[in-house]
Amino acid sequence: MKVGVVVFPGSNCDHDAWYAISQNLGQQAEFIWHDSRSLGNVDAVILPGGFSYGDYLRCGAIAKFSPVMEAVKDFAREGGLVLGICNGFQVLTEAGLLPGALVRNANLKFICKSVPLEVVTTDSPFTHQAVKGQTITLPVAHGEGCYIAAADELNQLEAEDRIVLRYRGNCNGSMRNIAGVLNRDRNVMGMMPHPERAADPLVGSTDGLTILASLVNAGVTASRL
Amino acid sequence: MTITPDVIVAHQLSASEYDKILSLLGREPSITELGIFSVMWSEHCSYKSSRIHLKKLPTESRRVLQGPGENAGIVDIGDGIAIAFKIESHNHPSFIEPFQGAATGVGGILRDIFTMGARPIAVMDSIRFGKLDDPHTGVRNRRVLEGVVSGIAHYGNCFGVPTVGGECVFEKSYDGNPLVNVFALGVFRHDEVFYGKASGIGNSVIYVGAKTGRDGIHGASMASAEFTEESKQKRPNVQVGDPFMEKLLLEACLEAMKTGAIVGIQDMGAAGLTSSTCEMGSRAGTGIEIDLRFVPQREPGMTPYEMMLSESQERMLLVAERGREEEVFSVFRKWGLDAVKIGVVTGDGMLRVKDHGTVFAEIPNRALADEAPKYNRPFTTPLRIAPLDGPNIQSHDLTADLKNLLASGDLCSKSWIYEQYDYQVRTNTVAGPGHDAAIIRIKGTNISVAMALDGNGRYCALDPREGTKLIVAECCRNLSTVGALPIATTNNLNFGNPERPEIMAQIVGSIEGLAEACRFFEVPVTGGNVSLYNETLGTPIFPTPVVGIVGILETGVPMPLTFNRAGMTIILVGGLGNPGSHELGGTQYVKVIHDSLWGKPPNLDMDYEKRVQLTIRELVRERTIESAHDIGEGGLAIALAECSFGPEGMGADVNLESGLKPEMLLFHEGPSRILVSTADPQKVFSIARKNRVEAVEIGVTLESRVVIRNRNQLLIDSRVDELRDIWTDSLQHLLQNPVLVNTNV
Repeated sequence: MKVGVVVFPGSNCDHDAWYAISQNLGQQAEFIWHDSRSLGNVDAVILPGGFSYGDYLRCGAIAKFSPVMEAVKDFAREGGLVLGICNGFQVLTEAGLLPGALVRNANLKFICKSVPLEVVTTDSPFTHQAVKGQTITLPVAHGEGCYIAAADELNQLEAEDRIVLRYRGNCNGSMRNIAGVLNRDRNVMGMMPHPERAADPLVGSTDGLTILASLVNAGVTASRL
Repeated sequence: MTITPDVIVAHQLSASEYDKILSLLGREPSITELGIFSVMWSEHCSYKSSRIHLKKLPTESRRVLQGPGENAGIVDIGDGIAIAFKIESHNHPSFIEPFQGAATGVGGILRDIFTMGARPIAVMDSIRFGKLDDPHTGVRNRRVLEGVVSGIAHYGNCFGVPTVGGECVFEKSYDGNPLVNVFALGVFRHDEVFYGKASGIGNSVIYVGAKTGRDGIHGASMASAEFTEESKQKRPNVQVGDPFMEKLLLEACLEAMKTGAIVGIQDMGAAGLTSSTCEMGSRAGTGIEIDLRFVPQREPGMTPYEMMLSESQERMLLVAERGREEEVFSVFRKWGLDAVKIGVVTGDGMLRVKDHGTVFAEIPNRALADEAPKYNRPFTTPLRIAPLDGPNIQSHDLTADLKNLLASGDLCSKSWIYEQYDYQVRTNTVAGPGHDAAIIRIKGTNISVAMALDGNGRYCALDPREGTKLIVAECCRNLSTVGALPIATTNNLNFGNPERPEIMAQIVGSIEGLAEACRFFEVPVTGGNVSLYNETLGTPIFPTPVVGIVGILETGVPMPLTFNRAGMTIILVGGLGNPGSHELGGTQYVKVIHDSLWGKPPNLDMDYEKRVQLTIRELVRERTIESAHDIGEGGLAIALAECSFGPEGMGADVNLESGLKPEMLLFHEGPSRILVSTADPQKVFSIARKNRVEAVEIGVTLESRVVIRNRNQLLIDSRVDELRDIWTDSLQHLLQNPVLVNTNV
């Protein structure tokens, strides 16, 4: 299993994702620079947290034009697994790979704390090792994590069981408490909470391994095919 | 432009300083040269009032690899790993423009760390404001607090460094002069250290990072003057920060350092191009010649004067080996940054500034960097506004007092602040905000670094020397309580106008107290910052030294601060204390309940303190205890309440045996005391006895209530959740409640 971690110039959780995959889960992980037009031979891609190109405009608004995102789109179209965490989620919505948008938190402040989440569906490569309805506690750290979408989009997400994670207690004003969603083909997921920050007992929690181990094992299965 | 007496005064140079310039140059300076001298000889850059006293500080140990004088101190932590750390103030800019002032404060100290080759892994902030509910100034103080906190968050979060702790204090004395002191720490291997030296005649001087604009001109001189009504006109002197640019600069610099082509590097902080060029030249004993036409500029038509004095952020100056410039340029190109050769290292020791070939300044580097005036300013006895004796205090309701203390700005939970900071990025935060000390693990090793930041303007207002010693003791105790061995110190000395002898006496007393305590606790000072002229309209701030101390420990799951199991024995390591009545006057109890200040700071026995710290480190290391929390401001009752605020909501049933008055017993702030809970009290007693430290069994942990009795008299009785809600929500309430504006003034 080889996971590629995309590095935009302003990514700052890139190393954390790399560490969780390679050191906490013992899989291969490598960095992919933002101007690369190829992802190499990775089995899955993580778009990490951070501030892609500074994000002084809208978060991810510039990142969607980067060469690596063309490669990510092709990879996703062919069924490759793509996980966007925090800024990565913002980039995926900007790039049109996921519906909706992420806007400023309802309290207009950056929020960093651990929050409880409901695993809404286990029918995804990112949560198949979880139990439906299970509560996991993960850190959030974002200024623009309030998920919004048109009502019919939200209805469709619910109808198609594409809401993966919901906040138990809404910290940022997200519509319908949405913390993570899937694309229609269920191979692309975006989530605001940080599973890579909860992958090591030394830093407080291992709840994030539910997500990352699901991804890694889904990738192992996929790469065997 | 002719240099008239008015021009000299406008540059905040005295007549004697100007005479010294004339004799150093042997001629009249040009206006550009005058500007260069004025910033390099400003209090902010030259430490001219404090230098002779700073010499008294201990600066060496077997661990110290770099003491004061470089961009940051460096300390060995074992396994070939070293840490670089330092604290700096951005007080004046943060008052004028809170958001950018604080943001660029973070940016400046981060550059100090990575210019040495270390990757920043933690930031802490010590911030002080006027009171949020003050009828006259509350509205402004709230705006400043909100601006400062979001400025720190904006910069640190985007840059990608966790903000892991600090302190926040509200005191009338900081009304017109908030304090923003930022500490940063970075990590590297011993062989990755870089210095700010322009060595090697003929080597290239290279400018990297953001373009130069007109922002921040004369920031260093502004930071060296008192606030007046006119200061509000100085807003353009505050720089604007770009944390994304800084992140690029970090990655590019660390990558460029790996090429081996870089000889020396320094950030352009206060006085930008001026300080970086002359300091690098002075340290290496070389000269530097630059031509400003090569400097990347944000706007056209800038004069040499403006370019040399600009404090535009996110810029660095580096010296690269001749012939290897391209290796450096290619790294900066990869990160999309400007990197331009602007000059060369020369052998004549001069700073020579040209613009399109015409010389605008020609000054010996040493004159600027090392021959700044040094003043032995007269000092008398420290300014003291508080009386020695206070009223006889008798409480009507100690439980209500406890609740008021928990709701007070200084003691309440700071989660409203720290939840705006990303304190986890880089996944090394073993213990973050809300602990006695923060702990950051160093990946790939078994070593963790602990750090604590402390100040106490009230104690220092009562006695600068003893107050400063108490701060050092407290900081070392914070570290010991999480199991860390304190190893080195940085400090930020915030004082008023040193030209007033009673203020100078505060500075001298505080530095001597710092020297004495740092020597005793074996935590040498490796650097720091002095911020003077913290006065507004003639009113000085409380003398406020802020001390940052770092420690080391083996990486592991941290010792909890809070009680976590019922029926554990609660022991007060260090004992109940035996304070005299004067020692209540500086406490939070007197501040919050009686809005007063008098008496003396708590009495400190440094030898006993050291043994208490030794004891707690052993208890934590041996895991003899279930929790540990140091007793600090607010005293025993506050510490007991805080120990109850864990996820388990585990409180305490405490029975004391003391002849002290209840107010004193519960709220005195005597040092050398740590609250622990344990399943093995005999083991705790025996370790304490071995170290000749008193250890008093005071009660047991109890679910959901805090009950405190003395000799069977009930003093305090409350539900834990009630106390916790008050403590948790208070800051938010303080910010939202309407201020009762007094319209008579």
